Amino acid sequence: MGKISLSKVSKKFGEVAVIPSLDLEIEDGEFVVFVGPSGCGKSTLLRLIAGLEDVSGGVIQIDGVNATETPPAKRGLAMVFQSYALYPHMSVRKNIAFPLRMAGLDAAEQEKRVTAAAKVLNLTDYLERRPGQLSGGQRQRVAIGRAIVREPKAFLFDEPLSNLDAALRVNMRLEITELHHTLKTTMIYVTHDQVEAMTMADKIVVLQAGRVEQVGSPLELYRNPANIFVAGFIGSPRMNFVEGADAARLNAHTIGVRPEHIDLSKTEGHWSGKVMVSEHLGSDTFLHVAVDGLGTMTVRGDGEVDARYGDRVFLTPQADKIHRFGADGKTLA
Amino acid sequence: MATQHSRAAARLMISPAVVLLLGWMIIPLAMTIYFSFLNYNLLHPGPHNFIGFRNYYYFLTDPSFTTALWNTIVLVLGVLLITTVGGVLLALLLDQPMWGQGIVRVLVIAPFFVMPTVSALVWKNMFMNPVNGLFAYFAHSLGLQPFDFLSQAPLFSIILIVAWQWLPFATLILLTALQSLDSEQMEAAEMDGASAISRFLFITIPHLTRSITVVILIQTIFLLSVFAEILVTTNGGPGTASTNLTYLVYGQSLLQYDVGGGSAGGIVAVILANIVAIFLMRMIGKNLEG
Repeated sequence: MGKISLSKVSKKFGEVAVIPSLDLEIEDGEFVVFVGPSGCGKSTLLRLIAGLEDVSGGVIQIDGVNATETPPAKRGLAMVFQSYALYPHMSVRKNIAFPLRMAGLDAAEQEKRVTAAAKVLNLTDYLERRPGQLSGGQRQRVAIGRAIVREPKAFLFDEPLSNLDAALRVNMRLEITELHHTLKTTMIYVTHDQVEAMTMADKIVVLQAGRVEQVGSPLELYRNPANIFVAGFIGSPRMNFVEGADAARLNAHTIGVRPEHIDLSKTEGHWSGKVMVSEHLGSDTFLHVAVDGLGTMTVRGDGEVDARYGDRVFLTPQADKIHRFGADGKTLA
Repeated sequence: MATQHSRAAARLMISPAVVLLLGWMIIPLAMTIYFSFLNYNLLHPGPHNFIGFRNYYYFLTDPSFTTALWNTIVLVLGVLLITTVGGVLLALLLDQPMWGQGIVRVLVIAPFFVMPTVSALVWKNMFMNPVNGLFAYFAHSLGLQPFDFLSQAPLFSIILIVAWQWLPFATLILLTALQSLDSEQMEAAEMDGASAISRFLFITIPHLTRSITVVILIQTIFLLSVFAEILVTTNGGPGTASTNLTYLVYGQSLLQYDVGGGSAGGIVAVILANIVAIFLMRMIGKNLEG
């Protein structure tokens, strides 16, 4: 069990309201990702759920029980920190066993659970080492091991992959998603990386300045962003926004077209522009095109696009993939 | 500094300093060793005969030597105990966010800037004096007989004075160590269900071991040679109740004018200090590795 619901939760640091007032439901077994630019309050929200910060107002319920005033240890949640927060003077075995030791479990049971966790996380050969003797990815796994031995109601991850290099990050992303399928426990994951959010989440919560901008599955957010902020934040490369005559023709203040929804042609099209930088990734090519009168747009072409710096190209947005936004930034129906 | 030539030049340049420092150490040591084998008393004029290990024999069989040795050990251990335990507690207290933190920290560190003779005199005359002292005043106001610290419990009083002087040092080092403790580690332990006491025992104390080792090492070196505090308060007395090795050597050479005996005592003290240093390095020095 691990159903968490927040109602009217707010947090102020002094005069500054980091989270004005927020409602959120997290269902049992879900993988929820909080995503947003830095300083949007996503880590604070996670710490409020963990109990490491006190709420300024509102109610946090875990499995239907009011946990607003419950100390962190009693909430039955486990957290993986950005810096891993391993205990440097203890061996990996002792690190993983620490929560069990604090819970007063007998040695045999501790040993059993640590061995099981080490096996799941491929740490069996490293149990006697100190955290200082491990690589970044291994430390990360120890931190996860320390979380899973407690068999918590939910896992909280606070930007756990931001200290790893790119290749390892992709690996750990898979491992954590895999772990979620094995354990089927609720996981709440905080990140500023929309790629992590898109690839891992069952449900994404997009936050900005402490407000929930939109909640939904990755593809829902991709297909039907609720406003300009979500549209620009989800999807990589970023959506192109166009204002003015083109938008007015579609009765909108702004229209948005994703780079992958623009057709590229050398002979004719809706917009014309000069190719600036083109990024060849092998599978795709991202062209940065200086469109006449509109500024730079990003276009995704296939890997074989032959465009050089300064070439003239024509762009046509796919009519059914255009997003329309009103003056207030909200999506128009 | 890579070439043979530049390295040779560097050695040449540094040699005056090395020679000076070496001489500074070697000459007094050699003279002390030389005097320790002579029958050399300022009250007995005449030839200074070579008498072998006689001076050592007299110094080591002197009953006040065992007392002094024991007093030295008690003094060092007592002060170490008070300063490390007190230092950890004070550091924990000062690490809490509070109003006027900067000023409070400066105040706590202040005793370290007071020179030993002055602080010992202040303690002797203003606190521990059975007639005018502050402690006597408190005892009076409670209707109790004032306690004459320096004659009833001389060694304990000196431990108190020295500990007061060294407490800021321990606090300062331990406070900086505490501040370097990763707050996420504490939060992780909190999430793991550790109580405040468990967090202190399992996270804070292990984090502090290295600094505690440094505090113990440095303090031991200085505490073995405590002298000024004893000279201005008890003069090693009553009897030899508060005489430590340093003070015994002083008494031998400057109160009894026995240069030979004093030198022998000095060499004994040097040897003992080295033994202690080696053991300390062996026992707790490995805490500093890794």
